[in-house]
Amino acid sequence: MRAWYAFRYWLTVYARTWRGTIVISFANPMLFLLGIGLGLGHLVDHGHSTTLGGVSYTAFFAPGLLAASAMQTGFIEGGGRVANAAGAVGAYRTAVTTPLEPSEIMAGHLLFIAFRVLTSSAVFVAVMALFGVGTGWWVLAALPAALLTGLAFGAPAAAWAVGVRSIAKTQTLYRFVLMPMYLFSGTFFALSQLPSGIRLVASALPLSQGVALCRSLTLGTASAQTVAARAGYLLALVVVGIVVARITYRRRLHA
Amino acid sequence: MSGRLLVEARGLTKTYRARKGVPPFRAVDGIDFELGRGEVFGFLGPNGAGKSSTMRMLGAISPVSTGTLRVLGMDPAHEGPEIRSRIGVVPQDDCLDRELTVRENLFVYGRYFGLAKNVIRDRIVGLLAFAQLEEKADAQVETLSGGMRRRLTIARSLINEPEILLLDEPTTGLDPQARHVLWDRLYRLKRDGVTLIITTHYMDEAEQLCDRLAVMDAGRIVAEGSPRELIDAHVTREVLELRFQPDVHAEVAERLRAAELGERIEVLPDRVVVYADDGEVALVAVHEMSLSPITALVRRATLEDVFLKLTGRSLVD
Repeated sequence: MRAWYAFRYWLTVYARTWRGTIVISFANPMLFLLGIGLGLGHLVDHGHSTTLGGVSYTAFFAPGLLAASAMQTGFIEGGGRVANAAGAVGAYRTAVTTPLEPSEIMAGHLLFIAFRVLTSSAVFVAVMALFGVGTGWWVLAALPAALLTGLAFGAPAAAWAVGVRSIAKTQTLYRFVLMPMYLFSGTFFALSQLPSGIRLVASALPLSQGVALCRSLTLGTASAQTVAARAGYLLALVVVGIVVARITYRRRLHA
Repeated sequence: MSGRLLVEARGLTKTYRARKGVPPFRAVDGIDFELGRGEVFGFLGPNGAGKSSTMRMLGAISPVSTGTLRVLGMDPAHEGPEIRSRIGVVPQDDCLDRELTVRENLFVYGRYFGLAKNVIRDRIVGLLAFAQLEEKADAQVETLSGGMRRRLTIARSLINEPEILLLDEPTTGLDPQARHVLWDRLYRLKRDGVTLIITTHYMDEAEQLCDRLAVMDAGRIVAEGSPRELIDAHVTREVLELRFQPDVHAEVAERLRAAELGERIEVLPDRVVVYADDGEVALVAVHEMSLSPITALVRRATLEDVFLKLTGRSLVD
């Protein structure tokens, strides 16, 4: 219940500041989808690529971008934003003086991160449907997959960022870990095109799981087994993130 | 615990664990104190004395390392949320939401306590009047002066009608006029029977506001009592301050000591301080020794002198 109070706090602040998030959460993915999907897709589709599994490049790329955007939103909200909130004059410093416990402050913020991932993914899925991407209603199944992907990054990021004393560290992690993952997780191309050594590493990345999950659900090619394995992998990251965050939040906020 | 005591601390210590590049640190080193309802209790000491750490333990947001602490009859280790729901906290940094308005800051804080919307709205009316911020109700916090922000922080801390209010350095960084406005607000709270715990390194603030004081240094309480009691117990009634050329201060002090002038002589970087019950008599004696100070000042002894006597250092570096 008190976690709900914390969630409501973030919603109130968001009601004031949501306009500033439009570009990174909504406009950027759309521009990517249009520019790369339609522009580059035109070239790819004319090259008669067989590695895409017989679908247009836009249909291949869009669900991958959905997962990558969810990761991005999850990480930005769970990383920099959490580190800020835990700082000397951050929002957590106010929340700790109320009945809220550190674990409730954490849970409330994770709810908000989930809200952010879900809303920005929903807009993206709507646009995908508009473009005719996906096999009928299957495209809707990509939404929970995107949420799971976002939280698989958001929860561990929050667990880590609550103890970070310099915001610059979250930006460094973004540049040197998240961006390469963004590029090498099969978002833009099929992992099967990679040399086998790199392919093994790339396909083990958490974002690869999210991309494959979103893509297979959107295109209706998912099997129960692969969905369970990939969702399980991502869910495990969420759970580990929450378990660790319970410790790190208490350690930082009730020092 | 007896019903009258709101806070009871015995042998309280706080040790922060080591972090990367920071060794473990004992901030509070075995303190005892108690606090009754309606009292204004102050922790007076320089930066790093352990005042803020003590306040964090009292506020149930920092676990006690050793010793016992009861707040409102409860153990902070097990009943933190219940304690926090019945106290108010004014942190040293205001920690306000700068992009929200004055009213919104009060509102979101009230919601943290699970208060109903209409209850919060009713209370906000009174709190805005108390904080003299009615005209700023819909202004963004960003646009407020330092004094206004601090008053808003105090108003915010009252949203749950707390039984104890913890104020950490309430007037640090404010100009004199803003300090007086703030003190006036705190008097009102005191008059209304709110129990206040204040930390400060300003002796005038401690003297003005506090019924009872604990003088802290290096994590310990070195003296306790009302401001008057502390001054009577530790220093003379008056103080004579003499300024010479700085390089002769030590030599002058030796001569004054040899002449057994006053009860005690202290040498500070910029002056020699003579503790004497009658400062004017002491000054006449100084002139009779044919010493000619550049300036000479007789004043009443203050808590600053108490602190100097007890620790050998000034409160403000």
